Amino acid sequence: MTPLIEIRDLCFQYEDGTKALDGVNFTLHAGETVAVFGANGSGKTTFVLHLNGILRGTGSVAVCGMEVNKDTLARIRSKVGVVFQDSDEQLFMPTVLEDVAFGPLNQGLPPERAIETAKTALEQAGMEHALAKAPYHLSAGEKRRVALAGVLAMQPEILVLDEPTTFLDPPAQANLLHLLAGLPQAKLIVTHHTRFAAELSTRAVFFEKGKLVADGPVQEIVQRFDWIYPALDAADLRYSAQRRF
Amino acid sequence: MHIPDNFLSTPVWATLDAVSIPAVGLMVRRAGRELEDTSIPLLGVMGAFVFAAQMINFPVGIGTSGHLVGGALLAFTLGAAPATIVMTAIIAIQAFVFQDGGVLALGANVFNMAVAGVLAGYLPFWIWGARRRRSAIFLGAFLSVMVSGSLALGELLISGVAMPRPLILLSMALFSMSALIESAITISVVQAIEKLNPRLVQKPEASNWRALSVLSGVALALGLVGFVWASSAPDGIQRLGIQLGLAARTGFHAPFADYTAGHFDSAWLRRATAGLTGLLVVYAACVTFAKMIGRRRSA
Amino acid sequence: MHHVLMDQWSQGSSPLHVRDPRSKILALLAFLIVLATTAPDAFLTLAIDAAVLVAGILIAGLPPGSLLLRAMTVLPFSLTFGLISWLAGDRLRAVGLLEKSYVSTVAVLLVVGTTPLPLLLSGLEALGVPRLLVLVAQFLYRYLFVVSEQAQHLRLAAACRRGTERRRRLGFRAAAGALAVLFARSYYRAEGIHRAMMARAFSGKFVLLRRLQFGVADGLFTLTIAAFLILVRIQ
Repeated sequence: MTPLIEIRDLCFQYEDGTKALDGVNFTLHAGETVAVFGANGSGKTTFVLHLNGILRGTGSVAVCGMEVNKDTLARIRSKVGVVFQDSDEQLFMPTVLEDVAFGPLNQGLPPERAIETAKTALEQAGMEHALAKAPYHLSAGEKRRVALAGVLAMQPEILVLDEPTTFLDPPAQANLLHLLAGLPQAKLIVTHHTRFAAELSTRAVFFEKGKLVADGPVQEIVQRFDWIYPALDAADLRYSAQRRF
Repeated sequence: MHIPDNFLSTPVWATLDAVSIPAVGLMVRRAGRELEDTSIPLLGVMGAFVFAAQMINFPVGIGTSGHLVGGALLAFTLGAAPATIVMTAIIAIQAFVFQDGGVLALGANVFNMAVAGVLAGYLPFWIWGARRRRSAIFLGAFLSVMVSGSLALGELLISGVAMPRPLILLSMALFSMSALIESAITISVVQAIEKLNPRLVQKPEASNWRALSVLSGVALALGLVGFVWASSAPDGIQRLGIQLGLAARTGFHAPFADYTAGHFDSAWLRRATAGLTGLLVVYAACVTFAKMIGRRRSA
Repeated sequence: MHHVLMDQWSQGSSPLHVRDPRSKILALLAFLIVLATTAPDAFLTLAIDAAVLVAGILIAGLPPGSLLLRAMTVLPFSLTFGLISWLAGDRLRAVGLLEKSYVSTVAVLLVVGTTPLPLLLSGLEALGVPRLLVLVAQFLYRYLFVVSEQAQHLRLAAACRRGTERRRRLGFRAAAGALAVLFARSYYRAEGIHRAMMARAFSGKFVLLRRLQFGVADGLFTLTIAAFLILVRIQ
């Protein structure tokens, strides 16, 4: 089966020469949910921005069999739906309905169909009651779900979520988890929230200084890189207190 | 400086509405050529920034504080035509959502602040920006507030709003102070922005600054003379307004029917042409200048 | 908060709320023009105009007390000029300024209180306002409160750092720095919006979804109001 995403030797440099991505190889198959771990600045978000052609580096990036280039951008952006970390930047239209319909309209649907598609997506995300609301009046969790609806309305095959639990309180996180678990698309979840990731994914990758240094089962990666809060005990606390003061 | 409805007399607000429409239309066409739809969110967010920035108070001296108006700052960071669009949007939202400034008076407020104010602010930057950047920015910000304030005051006076001379002089003094505050704020913000990211401030190309300096020197001198004359005899503007029939006559028991009936009188039409001509001169100057900017940028 | 209230008011479904925004804008213009050309001492005309507004407020189901109170924001300005005119002997103008400026503010509030702003902007576009301007205003409104909140946070943070200073206000340099940070954040926010637009396959042109339908009721509404006002004015 053709992988949904196939990346070979991806490299990307910023204007000032810093290597953001250094020879990344990655594959994603249908039905997979992969967690993306890594320190801040390790290249996770840069990596994500290559999946829909917002950034273009050297190497090969193929989505659903198509190489990412000028001609395929529109189609690829319909295949890969990205939910960004900042929902306020993602919900830029005046009302929820208009925002969710933005994608379908860009895909060429006539307004009536776009509205219908938007309403269906909102139902999927549990936000159909907020059609006429302004994004400003929504909570962080609600904004996240509307953003997801906006992406689902384009009927993508791959969902990419960049730090989806940011600003969400535990109930909202649980809500989102439940929602995502029920979606059939292949998913990439960039997150620091290991428990959230572990609930949804079986596979994880680890980024370190622009390189993808590990790819395996979630728990193995977490343990290998100690990617979790260490348990505190009394000795630790005394020691760290001394160090600080 | 946002003039509410029912302060200006009918010929004044109607003329300014009529004048602003093509002026803004011209700026929209110019901005439309430079920008694509993808830049629209940037303009909107910058408008929101100016709105929010107007809420931050800058202490100036004992007990007083001023705030940014923003036309000049927008011009230095986005360019003159986009700045006009953003200021127009700001003024419209202020009028409708916050009832700050009138709806019929939109033409007047837009002309004063979004058209004349922005262009007056950009002019020094365009002429001297490449060589004497800081002074150009300082002067530009100063001019943008002075011009919008003076135009507003002039329009009120010519509409017949009663203002005793000391009050007019006080208003001019206050405008000058606001203008200085604007300059100070604008230059410090522009410098701070440049430190964060030099890309964000416009780079004026080296223009034919010698010839333009002479021209603008003359214009400024003329303007200064006019200003001094006006402030020494400010009620002259009011008398002019009454003579031209532009002022709404309410305090005067005229033998003919009150002003609003004279509205349809052809004598009014004749007299109003004089006032209209004055405005058209200012408008033509703005349009010519805007065209000149366009030619320079595409050169 | 002001905008929250306005947003709530405009979400209703009274006969006034459901009118096409163009009909409301045109009726507003007719009202304002008639009001502007009415003599300050034509008290009966002014009273009838005010009554029309009150009727509108009641039909729309808006809270009259709240709305009338909100309209008072124009009073400081008109009171000042009114006082000046009064003292200068132009008493008629003083009275006119006060009554007319208040009534026009109520009229604007009534229209904005029954029309969500994005819809009002659509109406303006349909009436000929350039698309670029309408879209910029739309985005401005969308981010107005987001950026304003950010500005408040910056102010608060800087004021907290002033430590033992009694005055809560910022020093000049601090305020300029706060503005520069706000500017940069706004700029980067705009870049983020751009990425989000691209990610959803932005085609290069915004497709406006709102299709306005000008119906018979809307036409009747505008014509009746305009005709009534003009008749009253001419009497």
